[in-house]
Amino acid sequence: MVTVFGISLPALMGQLLIGLINGSFYAMLSLGLAVIFGMLRVINFAHGAQYMLGAFFAWFLLRYAGIGFWPALVLAPLGVALVGVVIEKVLLSRIYNLDHLYGLLLTFGLALVIEGLFRHWYGTSGQPYSIPSTFQGAFNLGFMILPKYRAFVIVASVVVCLATWLLIEKTKFGAYLRAATENPTLVQAFGVNVPRLLTLTYAIGAGLAGLAGVLAAPVYQVSPLMGQNIVIIVFAVVVIGGMGSIMGAVITGYVLGLVEGLTKVFYPEASSTVIFVIMVLVLLVRPAGLFGKE
Amino acid sequence: MATKAASPNVADVTAGHKTSPRTIALMIIGLALILVAPFLIYPVFVMKVLCFALFAAAFNLLLGYVGLLSFGHAAFFGGAAYITAYAIKAWGYPPELAILLGTAFAALMGLVFGYVAIKRQGIYFAMITMALAQMFFFFCLQAPFTGGEDGIQGVPRGKLFGFIDLSNSLNMYYFVAAVFVIGFLFIWRVVHSPFGSILKAIRENEQRAISLGYRVSRYKLGAFVISASLAGLAGSVKAIVFQLASLTDVGFQMSGEVVLMTLLGGIGTLMGPVVGAVLVVSLENYLATSSLPVPVVIGSIFVVCVLLFRRGIVGEFNAWMDRKRG
Repeated sequence: MVTVFGISLPALMGQLLIGLINGSFYAMLSLGLAVIFGMLRVINFAHGAQYMLGAFFAWFLLRYAGIGFWPALVLAPLGVALVGVVIEKVLLSRIYNLDHLYGLLLTFGLALVIEGLFRHWYGTSGQPYSIPSTFQGAFNLGFMILPKYRAFVIVASVVVCLATWLLIEKTKFGAYLRAATENPTLVQAFGVNVPRLLTLTYAIGAGLAGLAGVLAAPVYQVSPLMGQNIVIIVFAVVVIGGMGSIMGAVITGYVLGLVEGLTKVFYPEASSTVIFVIMVLVLLVRPAGLFGKE
Repeated sequence: MATKAASPNVADVTAGHKTSPRTIALMIIGLALILVAPFLIYPVFVMKVLCFALFAAAFNLLLGYVGLLSFGHAAFFGGAAYITAYAIKAWGYPPELAILLGTAFAALMGLVFGYVAIKRQGIYFAMITMALAQMFFFFCLQAPFTGGEDGIQGVPRGKLFGFIDLSNSLNMYYFVAAVFVIGFLFIWRVVHSPFGSILKAIRENEQRAISLGYRVSRYKLGAFVISASLAGLAGSVKAIVFQLASLTDVGFQMSGEVVLMTLLGGIGTLMGPVVGAVLVVSLENYLATSSLPVPVVIGSIFVVCVLLFRRGIVGEFNAWMDRKRG
């Protein structure tokens, strides 16, 4: 059997794959977080709850309406985005002129409410969501077995991240968005509806979290706690990458997923803390984050 | 920038060193209440309130007087609780030494966490402290001495200074009360010291404090360590009162809870965290017997506080008094 540093190659590749899958979710979530922060200057603690909502909406659609994975991949994120619109309109829009810390506190409270409700209704155990029939089975790559659905998740997340990047960097809407980040008053004076832009941005960020949730549903179980566990890791990812650049957030997400996977192979005890340790090291060496501008 | 709204009580910056008769009267009333409380209310409940009140007051020293929102204070509270519980149970330490050890551990952790976290400001500071605390949580989950999911249970209360039997609930109560009063007076002293004035100056305008020649990061770190130590003191005492140290004490929900107590009571007021602790602990006690899910209620209060009630109860009361006085 082929071994690398005393670890069998299939085991290594298996952990790397898990790392890459986790990294895909870190990337999508930190992307949404960075998009929201860039525009609204709000750290969206409810991001984990919105990710969880995406998974649950997909599960609801299947369970109560018999709607399968593919339509859910569109409908559930739209549902989460709609929830995002309501949150932004009713709550967040009232606190933009306050200290940014209040945004964190408000979304923290929201996350507690949303996750608490789902925990109350569905308990802490997860609900299974089966892999769509198209992606049953696996590819045999010779050196490893690659389940089809996992390959799809990786590809899908890369596509989503690229599409978001294109939307923000290459379209007119994105140009408005970046301009409004720089100087909202001036952009407003040019006749752009900035409040609507803010609402849309939050909806997009929330929708991205929801989309990640739908993709995660067949990989992990659909559980009320799934967002809680991931959101603080994503915070660390965002601190490491620096929220200044969208691509930075995405790349950091994938790389840290891989690092976490590798840690599971070589030093499993540290696998749940390695990202935080890296965060500390990055802060000591480069406080603004790897891609941040000070 | 990060501090303007977090400090609704600009007036107390200028209040200086003169203690008003009203404050002295309030303190005497408070002390009297603490002394008679165990005869009126279930003592364990009051002890819990006092521990959390000290915890929240320590947290408020950082948020209210330096403008730094730490979202990871549970690490100090729970870390000290673990150390104290372990020192008593495994090494047979007397309670006073175990508490000292727990507090020292929290201070050391505060030094390390603080050193890392003050590299960034505002929102990043909050996220970094949260991530560090989560790292510590995972450490506690895996470390052999913490007892994993069970925690350290059945910690004997022991004899304070070798002759005060803490298994007697009144003895325990007055010890907790003494720790709380000393901790609270210490915070009061810090806030009204020249050191405290510089902290407030940093909160109001960090750039100006720097240009006046203060090494802002040292003051921040100093405040962080004091705050962490006192949070640790509260956690250590809590571990003895409940004879338990568990993962709940280090989880991020605990960090959130202390934020809520301070926010609800009044950020940047001395009495606010105490009032907030009384309310939140009472509420949780009440909710434990009802079917309402606790996080939903706590989260809703968070949202309401942020939207409508940012000065908190004591802050609103002070503002009302000021208006009445004209």
